[in-house]
Amino acid sequence: MTAPQAHSATCPNCGAPVRFLWAQAVQTTCAYCRSLLVRRDLALERVGLQADFPVTGSPIQIGTTGRWRGQSFVVVGRLTYGWERGRWNEWHCLRDDGSSAWLSDAQLEYAMTVQVYPDGRLPELRTVLVGDAFAWGDGRYEVANILEAHYLGTEGELPFTTFAKGTSTFVDLVSDDGRFATVDGTEAPPLLYLGEYVSFDDLAMTQLRDFEGW
Amino acid sequence: MTLPTTSPVARSVVPRVASLSCPSCGAGIEMRAQGWAESVVCAACGAQLDAANDTLRVLQRGEAVRLKPRIPLGTRGVLRRVTWEVIGCQVVTITVEGTDYSWTEYVCFNPYRGFLYLSEYDGHWNVIEKLKWRPRGGVSDGLLTLTHDGRRYKHFQTALARTTAALGEFPWELRVGDSVVSRDFVAPPFILSAEESAGEVTFSRGTYTPPEEIARAFGVPSLLTPIGVFANQPNPYGDLPKRMGERFLIGLLVLFAMLFANIIFSSKRTAFSQAYTFDRSTSANAAFVTAPFTLDGRPSGVAIDVVAALDNDWVFFTLSLINEQTGETREVTRQLEYYSGQDSDGSWSEGDRSETVRLSAVPAGRYFLRVEPEGGEVGRQRVAYTIEVRRDVPHYGFYALAFLAVLTPMIFALFPSAAFENRRWAESDHPIGGTSASED
Repeated sequence: MTAPQAHSATCPNCGAPVRFLWAQAVQTTCAYCRSLLVRRDLALERVGLQADFPVTGSPIQIGTTGRWRGQSFVVVGRLTYGWERGRWNEWHCLRDDGSSAWLSDAQLEYAMTVQVYPDGRLPELRTVLVGDAFAWGDGRYEVANILEAHYLGTEGELPFTTFAKGTSTFVDLVSDDGRFATVDGTEAPPLLYLGEYVSFDDLAMTQLRDFEGW
Repeated sequence: MTLPTTSPVARSVVPRVASLSCPSCGAGIEMRAQGWAESVVCAACGAQLDAANDTLRVLQRGEAVRLKPRIPLGTRGVLRRVTWEVIGCQVVTITVEGTDYSWTEYVCFNPYRGFLYLSEYDGHWNVIEKLKWRPRGGVSDGLLTLTHDGRRYKHFQTALARTTAALGEFPWELRVGDSVVSRDFVAPPFILSAEESAGEVTFSRGTYTPPEEIARAFGVPSLLTPIGVFANQPNPYGDLPKRMGERFLIGLLVLFAMLFANIIFSSKRTAFSQAYTFDRSTSANAAFVTAPFTLDGRPSGVAIDVVAALDNDWVFFTLSLINEQTGETREVTRQLEYYSGQDSDGSWSEGDRSETVRLSAVPAGRYFLRVEPEGGEVGRQRVAYTIEVRRDVPHYGFYALAFLAVLTPMIFALFPSAAFENRRWAESDHPIGGTSASED
């Protein structure tokens, strides 16, 4: 695996070394004082403190590796979202070719997606309904779920900053051939992620968390 | 690439059970689903609690739980080479024509693979997984169908399924008394269920699993012997028609091969051939016997061809093949008639100027024929005809009988399979050829 150059800096809060595994990361957390750090040019700015993570028993953690679509990936960052009926993680995965992918683990149903620039129209977040159909690439998707979610916390390296963002709309879409899409309303215009549902065993993951007695 | 230092938030080993207390009655509550459950039912007071956060807000107060799951919560079992722990159990009830039918559903959890479900009705078990793909809908033979993973499922039953008792953790917000519209589609051994509540449809697929397999997997002593036929129970006679069909085809092939060989290898030797004239004017009784001839070889078929030069006339023949030594006689009769003419539609003809009589298993020996021609149209005096005796002809009647013998078990093989299907569909919204138990 061709690793991007690890970039070193120090935490402006506690002085601990902060290593970037991924050159494009614009946000990370200090592993020692849990400061939320945003990269501005060459310097790191502390924009807040990482919130206490709620207890979720995802088997994935930063450092978990796996394989998807013929490439290895390593988990370098994490976003945790909360919504009225629970929470889920979006794990930021760094792939062999240096691109990003996202592994979501809502109730341990895994989906892997990559961000794409839509070649068709996106749902209008305020009026979209369950069952509405959309086509991107050669896939046909139907809206399965619309939910309001907010950040519960972040960890590790992310390709964007998450600080000071409130509640946003997320639209999940499925196809009849196992494809999965998410429209992420945290930005305007919304971001489109396309991918597929994957089984735990498909991803052949290592460096997972251990569960007592399992 | 160096991996990052251990995340400060992820402890190296996640503790097995989180212990909280019920805000309704204060009893301890064990949480086994690592924070993925959305609701938990207190085993002491039956309160349904919101598991989304540690305060365990009361969703609905309950009554004392009397539910005694056959597989106790906390039991682990190995299904499909993966370990699962039973963490929740609910009783689901449907009402059909005033009668309640209840089944039990178990929620199983694995911290890596998520949730798996079991259901039990009258001793019939299904192992159920949530579908990641959405099945495609369709219609076949007037029935709604769903197609998933290359398999077509037929609509079985639609019912309002309500939760009537619950215990433990659930990955949805469970309230006793809540109901979903449940549509079941079957393709044994699989069943697809579409459960609709608040406009959201979740699809799941069950696999019919023998109770011994469940008992072995979860180490529970003995489970009920299944009663009746379940919606997606595999038909134990289901492959009988196929097996018999294969045998039928093999039998048919053998018969064809025999017939073919018989036709090829039959010598069809002419043993006797002679031309005669039937003159009605000479005598009232035209019976005569032929010169003797030899039929040789193994006992085999004999064909007697009678060809008469009839023209708007008929002749009735009585033919007897008589063994010269033993006197054994085989007598057959044949009527030959042939009419033709012209009418407004053009020329017409009916009848046949020739007939073939087949005799089977005639032993070798010296034979002669007694021939008695009779009758005919008034005014027609003479009829020329020929008689030819051929030895060792294929015996087609044998093949007709053999065909029936091969076909009969095939027909009987269809009955047990069809009877099983009748019992299956009798419980559905679409009983076979009859009145519906619960019309949708």
